[in-house]
Amino acid sequence: METVLSSLVLALLPRLADDSSNGGFVAPSVDELFPDAVLFAGTPFALNRILLIRLLAVVVMCLILWLASRRMRVVPGKGQVAFEFMFDFIRKGVVIDTLGEKDGRRFMPVLLTIFFATLAMNLTGTIPGLQIASTALIGQALLMAVLAYVLFVYAGIKKFGVGRFFKNALWLPGVPVFLRPVIAILEVLSTFIVRPVTLTLRLTMNMLAGHMLLALCFLATHFFFLTVLADGNLLGLLGLGTLAMGVAFTVLELFVAVLQAYIFTILTAIYIQLALAEEH
Amino acid sequence: MGSLVGHIAPLAFGLAAIGSGVGVGIIVGKTVESVARQPELAGRLQTLMWIGIAITEALCFIAIGVAFIPFPQP
Repeated sequence: METVLSSLVLALLPRLADDSSNGGFVAPSVDELFPDAVLFAGTPFALNRILLIRLLAVVVMCLILWLASRRMRVVPGKGQVAFEFMFDFIRKGVVIDTLGEKDGRRFMPVLLTIFFATLAMNLTGTIPGLQIASTALIGQALLMAVLAYVLFVYAGIKKFGVGRFFKNALWLPGVPVFLRPVIAILEVLSTFIVRPVTLTLRLTMNMLAGHMLLALCFLATHFFFLTVLADGNLLGLLGLGTLAMGVAFTVLELFVAVLQAYIFTILTAIYIQLALAEEH
Repeated sequence: MGSLVGHIAPLAFGLAAIGSGVGVGIIVGKTVESVARQPELAGRLQTLMWIGIAITEALCFIAIGVAFIPFPQP
């Protein structure tokens, strides 16, 4: 049992995909996103480092939310204030503001789930020891985007029925009749193809690019200090600059992680609202 | 003559980023302007702003996506 646990912890720690450089500079690569399987190798359920981090993020987020909501008080403590602030921000600022009171309440649970799941998985990008956003691998973002897609199509069809939903979405009233088929084709593209694709790519690429930036900064620091400076070359002091950049980008990445979760949630809410609108 | 070896896809992203960067800048800037004029419309304007940003940014993401399309090599 102990060996299993310790090997799991070891598997979670970041390491270079390829360490055969013998002291030269190693650039970060996408290979870090596809590490070898750790558990159940060879079966369809093979778990590698990224998937372990995902599971960890889910467990930790559930635990934190459970702890925060276990003993709610009328006069809140510090933790409760923090969580009430976050929930209120999404409830009022995003969901109710966009969808209105009635529809907002209907879609509140799923939108809050999307926000907190995305937030947890984004934040693993800056947590020391994990250092990779599990949304940087496209599968997670794709799943969320498919969920958003199903949600807004379901919301529209539930309210208007299939015919009127597609008529509302595609056959725009304010357009001259001879232009409507052209606009309809464009609307099919933008509504049913571009929306899920951009939701996916926005999240994945932001987290991937952020990870690459951080990895580049810290690998450069490592190289400057442990190879160049250790050889007695004062150029190695450049490592101070890359270290400072790394710290600055870490703060930026924290901000981006929250921002991307927020954008994902508000766009999902807006898409649902557009599907529910009488006509736009 | 020297030769340049590598991947040209990041260049495509860079070029696309110019356009959508300017576009997103204009959208957000105009929204800030309008909110300064009519603060009571802030909520509605923000919704429109996000829709605009989502559509403008799409061009950028298409440029990223193009890098992953397996074009036949000559």
